[in-house]
Amino acid sequence: MSVERVTKEFGGLVAVNDVSLDVPAHRIVSLIGPNGAGKTTLFNMLTGLYRPTSGRITFGGRDISRSRPDVITSMGVARTFQNIRLFGAMSALENVMIGRHSRLRAGLFGSILRTPAVRREERQVRERAGELLAYVGIGRAAFDRLAAQLSYGDQRRVEIARALASEPRLLLLDEPTAGMNPQESAALTDFMRKLQRELELTILLIEHDMKVVMEVSERVTVLDHGEKIAEGPAAEMRVDPRVIEAYLGKQE
Amino acid sequence: MSELIAQLTEWREALRQRRSAVVQRLPSWSGRVLAAVLLVIAIVLPFFFDPASGFMNATIIAFAYVVMALGLNVVVGFAGLLDLGYVAFYAFGAYCVGWFGSGFFYKAHVHVGVSHVAGALPGIHLNFILILVCAVLVTSVAGAAIGLPTLRLRGDYIAIVTLAFGEIIGVVAVNGQSIHLSGGETLTAGNLGISALDLPYFPVIGMFSLLDLRPWYWLILAIMLVVLFVNLRLRDSRLGRAWIALREDEVAAVSMGIPLVRTKLFAYSIGAAFGGMSGVFLGAYHTDVTGDDFAFSFSIFVLAMIIVGGLGSIWGAVFGALLLSYINYYLIPDVLNSVPHSLGLNFDLSQLSFGIFGFLLVLVMILRPQGLIPERRRRLELTEAIPAEDGQLAEGGQL
Repeated sequence: MSVERVTKEFGGLVAVNDVSLDVPAHRIVSLIGPNGAGKTTLFNMLTGLYRPTSGRITFGGRDISRSRPDVITSMGVARTFQNIRLFGAMSALENVMIGRHSRLRAGLFGSILRTPAVRREERQVRERAGELLAYVGIGRAAFDRLAAQLSYGDQRRVEIARALASEPRLLLLDEPTAGMNPQESAALTDFMRKLQRELELTILLIEHDMKVVMEVSERVTVLDHGEKIAEGPAAEMRVDPRVIEAYLGKQE
Repeated sequence: MSELIAQLTEWREALRQRRSAVVQRLPSWSGRVLAAVLLVIAIVLPFFFDPASGFMNATIIAFAYVVMALGLNVVVGFAGLLDLGYVAFYAFGAYCVGWFGSGFFYKAHVHVGVSHVAGALPGIHLNFILILVCAVLVTSVAGAAIGLPTLRLRGDYIAIVTLAFGEIIGVVAVNGQSIHLSGGETLTAGNLGISALDLPYFPVIGMFSLLDLRPWYWLILAIMLVVLFVNLRLRDSRLGRAWIALREDEVAAVSMGIPLVRTKLFAYSIGAAFGGMSGVFLGAYHTDVTGDDFAFSFSIFVLAMIIVGGLGSIWGAVFGALLLSYINYYLIPDVLNSVPHSLGLNFDLSQLSFGIFGFLLVLVMILRPQGLIPERRRRLELTEAIPAEDGQLAEGGQL
């Protein structure tokens, strides 16, 4: 994934200004910055929810700046949301099955006639969704519970399983540790490494918890007021005066 | 008083638990047996009633409304797109019979698979099944056409646009007499109505008659079963899941790879096609198509059916449609109409039908907001407590 000089304006407000960013394959890259810095806006452009006002976004060599979200998903980009957005009235299993939508072929008439191919596909998607839920640590007893009834931590996990169901090559995680206690954050950090290793995923992470950022990411990009103010290895970013200023204000 | 309520709640809870225990112990084939028994009853039902009775008439109309309700349930119940212009598809379906099954276009001479009676008349006369197919095509295109401008809208705004669409179609139907096609023919016959529609004719079975309602009954039963089958299959399919995901959270759904335009247009088209099929039947059954049949109140009537039954629930839509149709077409006009007179009051009960419906709707919304036969997921949503959000946070994660 590569972002070249992307700008997004909402009316007169420039939410993201001339940001470039490279996410090399099989790496974990973090995007940090204070609230309102434009991180989520950038995510929304990467996944096709917004179209950049100017600039180019390419994924695997193809320009996706103007592509629809579902097309981008089927190309291999999946995401989670800052404020969990599960389908509350669907079961955990169904949520993950939705994530697999772009990999299924069943059409209108096939579904009505329930052809053998459709039957097989439905059975497989159910199995696969179950495997993914188990992979993120959801017990079998919770598979058929409505997503809205799951605990907060489980909802975060189901959301990751749902994103994984589309077989992404790039996973975008928007503040995955928000609302987690230190042990849970540590567990998630390990889990991200496991994803990168076992599924050969590239991960782009928005994160406020600097401990998580330091442990997991090889590179860090810092946004403030919609502009990229710094970029580099995690350890350098922590002591960079520009970054400290953006987060804490200028030292008197 | 409060003790009484507490007692009642307790009994209700006990009853619910016992019921779910019983349901769980039923063997898995019990559903199929029940369906088969109901089917047999539905097929032999006409033999127990006078073939031209008011009850038969009401049942036929009720089944046609079941088809309508099932169609609207796809759009409103599954996909969550509040459509207030559903009457438009009734109109398209009915006009398909008017155009392709009568002498209305008197200059044309097209006859396909019709009885020798219709075969001798001028106009376009297609076999009922062909008209049904035409209507499905026309209405699914019309459904997509109304879907397109609403794609970027949500909730109430969709309702306004579809409402306007329904009204436009109604007004066009009424004023279609002044819309001239080539050769002096008009688009519709306005409030005069296109009349003398062909009665359905099938080889071997012969032509339907208005004195024997049984064939009509079996015809609409067959249409209803087909629509019901398609509905059940779609609900449990990839498409059905996608509709519910869109209904729940549009942004999350498209981010998970669901194509917004396609999925929504499918809902509109399929819902419209069912409405069109029912429209064809009702047009032929009433034997005329009149412009002012297509009023806004019709859309509301069908919407009320699926709300009373339980939005998104297939069996709820069936039940709601049967209930409201029987009340409107049988109970009020045939059975209870003279009750006010016997009480010494000088009016017919049918004059109060809108008031009665309003009262019933309010009653259902207060006592059972999820509908009479709610969809499983909505029932859970509305009745079961959702645990505190951070219930398991303290337990430590295992990610």
